[in-house]
Amino acid sequence: MKKDRRDFLKVAGLAAIAGIGAPSAFNMLLKGEATASEQSAAAAGQGEAVAAPTGKRWGMVIDVRKFVANPNLPAKCVEACHTIHNVPNFGNPKDEIKWIWPDKFEAVFPDESHYKRHEALHSMPIMTLCNHCDKPPCVRACPTKATYRMKDGVVAMDYHRCIGCRFCMAACPYGARSFNWRDPRGKDENGNPFIKTVNPKFPTRMRGVVEKCNFCVERLALGQIPACVEATGTTGAMVFGDLNDPNSEVSKVLSANFTIQRKPSLGTYPSLFYII
Amino acid sequence: MIEKALKGGSGYWAWIIFLLAIIGMGGMFYVQQYNYGLGITGMSRDVTWGVYISQFTFLVGVAAGGLMLVLPYYIHHYKDFGRITILGEFMAIAAVIMCLLFIMADLGQPIRALNVLLHPTPNSMLFWDMIVLNGYLFLNVVCGWAVLHAEYKGVKYARWVKYLIYLSIPWAVSIHTVTAFLYCGLPGRHFWLTAILAPRFLASAFAAGPALLLLVALIMERTTKFRVGQVAKDKLVTIIGYAALLNFFFVGCEFFVAYYSQIPGHMHTLDYLFWGLSHDGHTYNNLVPFMRASMLMGLVGIPLIFIARARQSGGLLALSCILLFLSLWIDKGLGLVLGGFVPTMMEGVTEYYPSVQELGITAAIWATGFFVLTLLYKVAIEVKLEQEG
Ligand code: SF4
Ligand code: SF4
Ligand code: SF4
Repeated sequence: MKKDRRDFLKVAGLAAIAGIGAPSAFNMLLKGEATASEQSAAAAGQGEAVAAPTGKRWGMVIDVRKFVANPNLPAKCVEACHTIHNVPNFGNPKDEIKWIWPDKFEAVFPDESHYKRHEALHSMPIMTLCNHCDKPPCVRACPTKATYRMKDGVVAMDYHRCIGCRFCMAACPYGARSFNWRDPRGKDENGNPFIKTVNPKFPTRMRGVVEKCNFCVERLALGQIPACVEATGTTGAMVFGDLNDPNSEVSKVLSANFTIQRKPSLGTYPSLFYII
Repeated sequence: MIEKALKGGSGYWAWIIFLLAIIGMGGMFYVQQYNYGLGITGMSRDVTWGVYISQFTFLVGVAAGGLMLVLPYYIHHYKDFGRITILGEFMAIAAVIMCLLFIMADLGQPIRALNVLLHPTPNSMLFWDMIVLNGYLFLNVVCGWAVLHAEYKGVKYARWVKYLIYLSIPWAVSIHTVTAFLYCGLPGRHFWLTAILAPRFLASAFAAGPALLLLVALIMERTTKFRVGQVAKDKLVTIIGYAALLNFFFVGCEFFVAYYSQIPGHMHTLDYLFWGLSHDGHTYNNLVPFMRASMLMGLVGIPLIFIARARQSGGLLALSCILLFLSLWIDKGLGLVLGGFVPTMMEGVTEYYPSVQELGITAAIWATGFFVLTLLYKVAIEVKLEQEG
């Protein structure tokens, strides 16, 4: 109950600051930002105690052990995602756009990176993508609702509404977002297109908008699993499913394994879990 | 009234043409940026805001600083500010115009800027910032012009103007508070995530705005017949000095919290800004000289401005105003925004160097601000001088 009251105070405080923001504060309450599952959660003051709200909530478990066992897997996942989603390759870190990539343990889990950590952790490829946070700071910051949260937990984007202010990039604590600094549909000096082969089934983006992993909403709508998960084949390196369905594969993996999340203390409630 | 801006000596016209030339050059760079995309700037995936947004942040402060000239006159009936409140209001107009231009220059899709109003999103601080900034612009245009026009006609301004002026006072506080909220509400950016950010913004604003104004007043003493008066200048020194002191006190608090707690996330950005941050065998320190210079100029500027007043020295006064203004400009117009991106959200370090085009566009927007300021001040002082015969 304590937690519930605090949330309400937070909302009320915001509304007071905002003045006319009161209707939106009530909307937040009505839409169930403070849901039954949250009210029963212990007042831990940190993100990890709160369960997902009811209804469908897509989530993913990434089993890093399987990526270590299959060293070519990270590149395969990246390739699958970036080809299908027309992610351009500019060949330099300044303009870089990426939806999913392997990164170092200490970059992904800075809070778990003490100085005596196990040797193995130094070289592990940790797959990194948007966390599809339950309380996404990027959505909170976006001034146009170009970034929004869908009912099933997917944080999606409307490229045609985005004004390119990049407030969401400052707000995302996971570095999951990329900006189109130049025209992704263009070519480099040698005439090579930034998008090698365009997938006509998925839109290319225009210059000046932000993009990121969309949890493959377009595939979920067709009943398919995300492309990166599909690329891991039968290895079980990535498991995708409904976190609120106790019989889903992802729920079973979660109850059978010890998992960690990225920066849980920030209260963003990620939908991604990692087995190290 | 406006025709007064069209008459002036050769110095006046040379200044106007100089500003227009810079604006023209920046306009050409902007066409380049518009055609190529924001990739033409030094910004990157890791440092997503650069000089545009940092100038914007600083200038919101200059705009809010106008409050320090309006409040004593209208609330406390401090008559000696009678000649400069209008200058404060007009400076706010120029500053807000620059703010809006910097935001437009920074947008990836400037054509869609109106989406902020078409899809109002009260949970976004940027939405509120747009509202308070445009509101503040409106208030200052209406109040400033109405008051000056009344003076021009030799009558007292209408009653309703007074209420708008009262409204503009808390409104000035709101613009800088909301601008601080853009930064200090973001999880994961430790440097910005501090409750003292809004108070610190206000303190530095109340020093930087009046410092610029005092500087302009000193320049006008040399180039025109307009005098703001010794009493007003002395009072401004008090305001600037104490506000700057307060700002550095807040900075000191930040240092204490970071280094006494020894929490790495709190220390990293300060390390980067003042000493250089080592990462993967490389030391990143491109902002260190600037930040140290800012600190030094501030610490010298504060005692100096009081000394200048005690000695009644115009030269020293101008020097201390320049030092303080530059100090606060670096502190907020450079370190605050750029520092927030180091380290990156993946615990790396990416340094930012603005491009030529970016600097050109930045200079042009400043020139636009000075252009507006010059025209408004020209009209204002001509009217004032005329009234005084
Ligand atoms: S990971 Fe970042 S981009 Fe993805 S939902 Fe969370 S805050 Fe938004
Ligand atoms: S860049 Fe686009 S998605 Fe991001 S906050 Fe701005 S409008 Fe929203
Ligand atoms: S879920 Fe889909 S969009 Fe996200 S990284 Fe995997 S393949 Fe890419």
